[in-house]
Amino acid sequence: MLTLLFDGIAYGMLLFLLAVGLAVTMGLMNFINLAHGAFAMAGGYITVLLMSRAGVPFLATLPIAFAITALAGALFERTLYRPMYAKPHLDQVLFSIGLVFMAVTAVDYLAGSQQQNVQIPAWLQGRFDLQWIGIGKYRLFIIVLCGALALTLQALLTHTRFGSQLRAAVDDSRVANGLGINVNRVFMLTFAVGSGLAGLGGALGGEVLGLDPTFPLKFMIYFLIVVSVGGTTTITGPLLAALLLGIADVMGKYYVPKLGAFIVYTVMIIILVIRPQGLFARTGSGK
Amino acid sequence: MSVVLETRALEKRFGGITATSDVSLKVETGARHALIGPNGAGKTTLINLLTGVLAPTSGTVWLDGRDITGLAAHKRVGRGMVRTFQINQLFSDLTPLQSLALSVSAQSGASAGFWKALGRAPGVAETCDTLLRQFHLEDVMHMRVKHLAYGKRRLLEIATALACKPRVLLLDEPVAGVPEGDRQEIFDIINALPGDVSILLIEHDMDLVFNFAKSVTVLVNGGVFAEGDVASIAADPRVKAVYLGEGGNAHG
Amino acid sequence: MSAALAGLKRDTRWRWWEFALFAALLLSWVVLPGRALLLNEIAILALFAISLDLVLGYAGIVSLGHAAFLGFGGYAAALFAKLVMPDPWVGLGFAVAVTALLGLLTSVLILRGSDLTRLMVTLGVASILHELANKMDWLTGGADGLQGVAMGPLITPFGRFDFDLGGRVAYGYTLFVLIVCLLLARKVVHSPFGISLQALRDNRLRASSIGLSVNLRLVAVYTLAAGIAGAAGALLAQGSGFASLDLFDFHRSADVMLVLVIGGTGYLYGGIFGAIVFKMLEDLISAWTPQYWNFWLGLFLVLLMLIGRERLLSPRSWLRRRGA
Repeated sequence: MLTLLFDGIAYGMLLFLLAVGLAVTMGLMNFINLAHGAFAMAGGYITVLLMSRAGVPFLATLPIAFAITALAGALFERTLYRPMYAKPHLDQVLFSIGLVFMAVTAVDYLAGSQQQNVQIPAWLQGRFDLQWIGIGKYRLFIIVLCGALALTLQALLTHTRFGSQLRAAVDDSRVANGLGINVNRVFMLTFAVGSGLAGLGGALGGEVLGLDPTFPLKFMIYFLIVVSVGGTTTITGPLLAALLLGIADVMGKYYVPKLGAFIVYTVMIIILVIRPQGLFARTGSGK
Repeated sequence: MSVVLETRALEKRFGGITATSDVSLKVETGARHALIGPNGAGKTTLINLLTGVLAPTSGTVWLDGRDITGLAAHKRVGRGMVRTFQINQLFSDLTPLQSLALSVSAQSGASAGFWKALGRAPGVAETCDTLLRQFHLEDVMHMRVKHLAYGKRRLLEIATALACKPRVLLLDEPVAGVPEGDRQEIFDIINALPGDVSILLIEHDMDLVFNFAKSVTVLVNGGVFAEGDVASIAADPRVKAVYLGEGGNAHG
Repeated sequence: MSAALAGLKRDTRWRWWEFALFAALLLSWVVLPGRALLLNEIAILALFAISLDLVLGYAGIVSLGHAAFLGFGGYAAALFAKLVMPDPWVGLGFAVAVTALLGLLTSVLILRGSDLTRLMVTLGVASILHELANKMDWLTGGADGLQGVAMGPLITPFGRFDFDLGGRVAYGYTLFVLIVCLLLARKVVHSPFGISLQALRDNRLRASSIGLSVNLRLVAVYTLAAGIAGAAGALLAQGSGFASLDLFDFHRSADVMLVLVIGGTGYLYGGIFGAIVFKMLEDLISAWTPQYWNFWLGLFLVLLMLIGRERLLSPRSWLRRRGA
């Protein structure tokens, strides 16, 4: 049981990494970006490509995946997303759905529809079998890395100038603009980092979650669950929501395989009905 | 004179901010009562509390001697309490005719009908005719509201409220943004309302207040600062001081 | 007659192109027998889109999971035919009733919350139903779908018709249901209830300030739309003799939204025009690149949204009376 808990935590940390960018950009731009998963998928495929074609060791591919998807994110934000901020939510949703369809079919065309194999290095394979708990080495690695990133993000948010600018822009971007904060730059950087993190998550998670062209569609609802339950105003909200979701999903699939993801969806709906602003959202925020 | 609308120790707090502080207000039947005060005094918040858009932190609201504090906002309209908004709240894709027909239908319970077309219920069309004429909206009755000029929108804002057959009418700065020349037109219509309709008016323009109102409540920082008939309020030096802080006689 | 009454009557009178449209629908059954299968698909998609228009275009609710009702109606009709009786009419009635019930039950979920919450909840419901249909394979056939649904003959005043492979009977059946639903929906949108839906879409605050109960109306329109979507699903299942998980798929929900975007929302006939254009485009592009239809669909969506829905010439701007 403890092993399951451990696996659930690892899964949750991974989901957090994947979804945190979405949470922040949603809180920041009030934009419903269903295409977020496409950046994650891109990160995964970049890792696979680098490892198989260029022989780059796994750990080295991770920062590269982050950098490339972050760059792509910045580019997309500047050119495609920015004109969409003022448009109604329906248009934003359809726009991002369009992007997902394009990404999914493009990857299918370029790389084929089969599952991609991410070979993790030998020293990360296997597990420590302790008395009551089996600790997979790779999952431990994920937890440590994601935990460190979460702490870094929280520190960035609270202790740096950029962090304060970001928090101001999330609270009220018009006022922030009026105070002289370059809101456009904040948007672009945040979107870039968020996409980069997603890409990193895709690269990291390839072994655990699987990687094929349908990744963005398969996991879209999980990301959205993390964001809507965790709220868009903090880092800790999505973290807790992701952990809850990861643990619930892993345990649910083990103990009640017949019901599968049914439990997760039902719990999400119940939470959203009782607290539409999410379980962990800071009250007082206008969104 | 009986009291038609009353609040008892009404209080509204948002986190650390007290927007409405221990307000006990009485509006009599047929009143022409003005609610004035500097910006940020909590006048619109009070209206929101009266109409049920906001729930009070504590205190009660009474209509016709019955406690309506827990009553849903849309049900209060059915009891005769209707308001207008300071910033026009209109149905942008409907026409004035449709908006008024809907408002009229909503009072007779016809608005839930899903078979007969809008406006076929007896009396609806005639009431719309009257209102359209009264508010000079006949020539634009088929134009979508989002295409209307501001002046016409303001007229529609008030017409929509009157279509609801109010017994207690809460007007939130009815002539806000309306050019000087057109203000009298609107006030003439308000003045012409039957004597049994009780009117609570939020207004900044002191001339209009002193022309129209018979009694005044002055709200400052969410609490009742002064209250009384219009003459004594006009002469009250404390009230003058509160407004002098805003730069002399407040106009508009 | 008062000017107001005249005006209100003018709003609801039948336009020439509405007559033309209904005539064209009826004629299509007679004149294009060879295309019955395609026309049937278009008509069912149009019906599905009209049901979403009620929710999206008239009440302003953004739903990403409308396929929940399509699938529920489809499986309900298929199971009814298999387990109870194969009469299409009774099966249709059953499917509409239970799907409307589902709509009623789930409508409480969309009353509160922001657009995002509603997106999530509607998506969640569709996903749950997908999962349920998948896991309850003893009833639904699971991933293989519900096979072997043999429909009985369609009993009409014109005689008994067995469903034929060419789809003519199915199309006639679908057309009938489509026309009935259109007429019904037309009555509803011109009624005070229908106008009040638009009011609460335009300004929820003002709607409740004139005494309208927002929640009751949302529940009512959601239930009605669910019933109609259930009819569309039933028609699909009955016409093909088959119900599959695909009915609950996300792409069904996305496609129907695109149909409305193409055809225009809020004037009731957008579903028909949109369905025609969508299916024709799909036919055209799939013939050219069968696997990657979704790519061009995605590109179309992206471009359409960037350019702006209002700026494109849409049929409604030709047909609607412009403000003076």
